[in-house]
Amino acid sequence: MLDKFGIAKRIAQELQDGYYVNLGIGIPTLVANYVPEGVEVILQSENGLLGIGPFPTEEQVDADLINAGKQTVTTTAGSSFFDSALSFGMIRAGRVDLTVLGAMEVTDRGDIANWKVPGKMVKGMGGAMDLVAAAKNIIVAMQHTDREGNSKLLSACTLPITGLKCVRKVVTNLGVFEITPDGFLCTEYAPGVTIEQIKAATAGRLTISPGVREMSV
Amino acid sequence: MNKVVSNAAEAIKDIQNGQVLMLGGFGLCGIPENCINALVKSGVKDLTCISNNAGVDDFGIGLMLQTKQVKKMIASYVGENAEFERQLLSGELEVELIPQGTLATRCMAAGYGMPAIFTPAGVGTEVAEGKEVRNFKGKDYLLEHAFEADFAIVKAWKGDTHGNLIYKDTARNFNPLMAMAGKITIAEVEELVPAGQLDPNQIHTPGIYVTRIFQGVNYEKRIEQRTLRS
Repeated sequence: MLDKFGIAKRIAQELQDGYYVNLGIGIPTLVANYVPEGVEVILQSENGLLGIGPFPTEEQVDADLINAGKQTVTTTAGSSFFDSALSFGMIRAGRVDLTVLGAMEVTDRGDIANWKVPGKMVKGMGGAMDLVAAAKNIIVAMQHTDREGNSKLLSACTLPITGLKCVRKVVTNLGVFEITPDGFLCTEYAPGVTIEQIKAATAGRLTISPGVREMSV
Repeated sequence: MNKVVSNAAEAIKDIQNGQVLMLGGFGLCGIPENCINALVKSGVKDLTCISNNAGVDDFGIGLMLQTKQVKKMIASYVGENAEFERQLLSGELEVELIPQGTLATRCMAAGYGMPAIFTPAGVGTEVAEGKEVRNFKGKDYLLEHAFEADFAIVKAWKGDTHGNLIYKDTARNFNPLMAMAGKITIAEVEELVPAGQLDPNQIHTPGIYVTRIFQGVNYEKRIEQRTLRS
């Protein structure tokens, strides 16, 4: 079974040289730490930056330079700044190659819920609805089950929807799942995890790829 | 041409109770600190505020929430603010949450003289309730209207006496969009120079959109998540 760093490492294998990538808050942010050797990716921050660099040193801290999680950051060589309409313009126009998001629920049709839990304080969707409605390649990074052990891979969302039929792939602590017309297609299982465990933990429609293999992370 | 005013109090003095304000910034980055402080001092109330966020308890728009000057907040993300949460749950504050890109583009539409835009954000969600859906090339889009705001209040890095503005780094965010979208636009800048001293090639907001400009003072530029390299 993977920890959150393992999930991030596996998703980093999806990165290709020249990709423009938007990483959400939480596990997705960790993906930046595992960019494969020889692969150059440009990270997009939806508050208006292409080319997010590492966190700053004490001397480099600049209140005018933050990421979408409101953390202080630096820029990489070749970075650019732009306004919020242009930022979501490039997302809407499909220029961002890969978007990695966290989720509370994903369905076997690729629907995602990740912004609101009724009865709890509603903080808002931020850019999540724009990202899921327009990004051409969305990978969800999340735990396979919630704290009570309930599956988060469902046939229908129980929480308010963020976007419909938009997720392409889910990477969880148990495995890798592509969204297909037949539902979740398990293509990889995490080290130490059995197919039976995956079946028991998945509430949505699930098929196991004939070529299913152990994940290498 | 006389757009220059002496300070924030003068810039905001004709804002009336019940008006609609746009306030630039993302989180606490690039917010018009001087004008927010002046609005708190002025006591103007029943305001509708359009801003991506609502500040934190003791900074940014959070200061105007503490003094109960905001009747309605239109934003995309409002976490990190206990007073906001209290007013929302008690029904004192009306809140409309809209996707961040939609918020930005509704400002842009106003500045470009377009009444509405179509966006895929929110299709199939509660954001779509009551909105016109139009299908283009097999994909559904929501019709979203341009904002109408009495005042837009923005913060820039440098400005000149003609109202031309330059922003710095990610403090740009919503500022140039809102600057285009107010009936009256107030710009506060860290450095105000005579017309002719800024390179026209570097201008982000042309002065035509800016009604009033002043050089702000005592910028705190508070950082929400000070994160250092480990």
